[in-house]
Amino acid sequence: MCEYAGETSLMIKTDAVIVGAGPTGLFCAHQLGIIGLKCEIIDNLDKIGGQCIELYPDKPIYDIPAVPECTGEELTNNLIEQIKPFNFNFYLNDRVQELIQENENWLVKTTNGKEFMTPNVIIAGGVGSFEPRKFPTKSAEKFDGTSVLYSIKDKTIFKDKSVVIFGGGDSALDWAIELSKNSKVSLVHRREEFRGAASSVQKIKELSQKNMINLFTKYSIKDVKGNSSLEEVEIKNENGESKKIKADYVLGFFGLIMQLGPIAEWGLNLDKKVIPVNTENFETNKKGIFAIGDICTYPGKLKLILSGFHEGALAARGCFKYARPNEKYRFEFTTASNTIKDRLGIK
Amino acid sequence: MAKIKYIEHNGNEHAVDVQNGLTVMEGAVQNDIPGIDADCGGGMSCATCHVYVKEDWYDKLPKKELGEDDMLDQAYEPKSNSRLSCQIIVSDELDGLCVNMPEKQV
Repeated sequence: MCEYAGETSLMIKTDAVIVGAGPTGLFCAHQLGIIGLKCEIIDNLDKIGGQCIELYPDKPIYDIPAVPECTGEELTNNLIEQIKPFNFNFYLNDRVQELIQENENWLVKTTNGKEFMTPNVIIAGGVGSFEPRKFPTKSAEKFDGTSVLYSIKDKTIFKDKSVVIFGGGDSALDWAIELSKNSKVSLVHRREEFRGAASSVQKIKELSQKNMINLFTKYSIKDVKGNSSLEEVEIKNENGESKKIKADYVLGFFGLIMQLGPIAEWGLNLDKKVIPVNTENFETNKKGIFAIGDICTYPGKLKLILSGFHEGALAARGCFKYARPNEKYRFEFTTASNTIKDRLGIK
Repeated sequence: MAKIKYIEHNGNEHAVDVQNGLTVMEGAVQNDIPGIDADCGGGMSCATCHVYVKEDWYDKLPKKELGEDDMLDQAYEPKSNSRLSCQIIVSDELDGLCVNMPEKQV
């Protein structure tokens, strides 16, 4: 069965690789499972759910058919539950870097060194991968990753240091509160109002009154300065006034932006940032590469979750002929098919 | 119908007629005007249709709804006259509106 196993133990052979574990990718996996195909699911976030979980886990969604109201998190959890019987593998915190054609198959290589051999790749990548939005200031690039940071892996590095935090959401507020215990913290935000949790905003105000946090509202970054290491950050307001703050570290929490990333390098036709597909099976200009959900486009395309479900169902059928070239796909209802019930593990 | 002027960061100007009921974002996208990405398609969840509205117009526009400023926090170089163009709905009253695009959206 596994003809590539001898060449490299890392190579995983499968019927389809799904790029993106948002609702569209998850339901497509379900449809693959229903028709008897295997798949592997890769996402560069550290959790399953895509935009639903990263952008609006608590916001209600009102247009999922037959579900009057649910949150992004509930929708994700239900989709995960729905594909449980198939035991598909997820590869999180990983990103598909390269697609290389090998005869009838695609060799899929990820950033973490995983390799898959598959006749089908389904791109369900939303609008690309999430990356932190960075400071607009050129001078910040020089210290990017050393003393200008957009996420925190090890908070002990900030002990007894001067840390300037930018942002008004929960990440900025939570870290300002946490780091104020052991560091000299300044919090800078472009307006008076914060969008973080009310309790955190209250806490920030208390800490500011006790001089545990230096709070600068209506300010934004102007410049970062330092020779070999970061020394200070300059902030400005809209009246043109600026201030200098001593800084060992500068942290920016401006949310995430979506970048198409490596997908742009795969030789696919692109229409701005989306991939044109046919509406029969959502295949792209490359045989065996499909695109579904927000990342695909066709006349009449709606960026709705329900459209992604439909697209995933048809793409799954499109995968069948490449995964099982000697078999004929047979349409079946889940209500009536014993084969499907077996696949779902229903006794 | 309103004539809307979009000014790119490099100074290039595009004046187009936009139908009532469309958003200022849609007016740009449908006319292939560069500088507005609108990744989320108008759902106020991405901040990539960010524009600066000239001061004289800023106060005339309907006020921002809850959530727009939260998204603008995450835009590229937001200022006090920043708006998300997907939240500005075109009407006859907006004839002559002028918006400037930021240097980039992402």
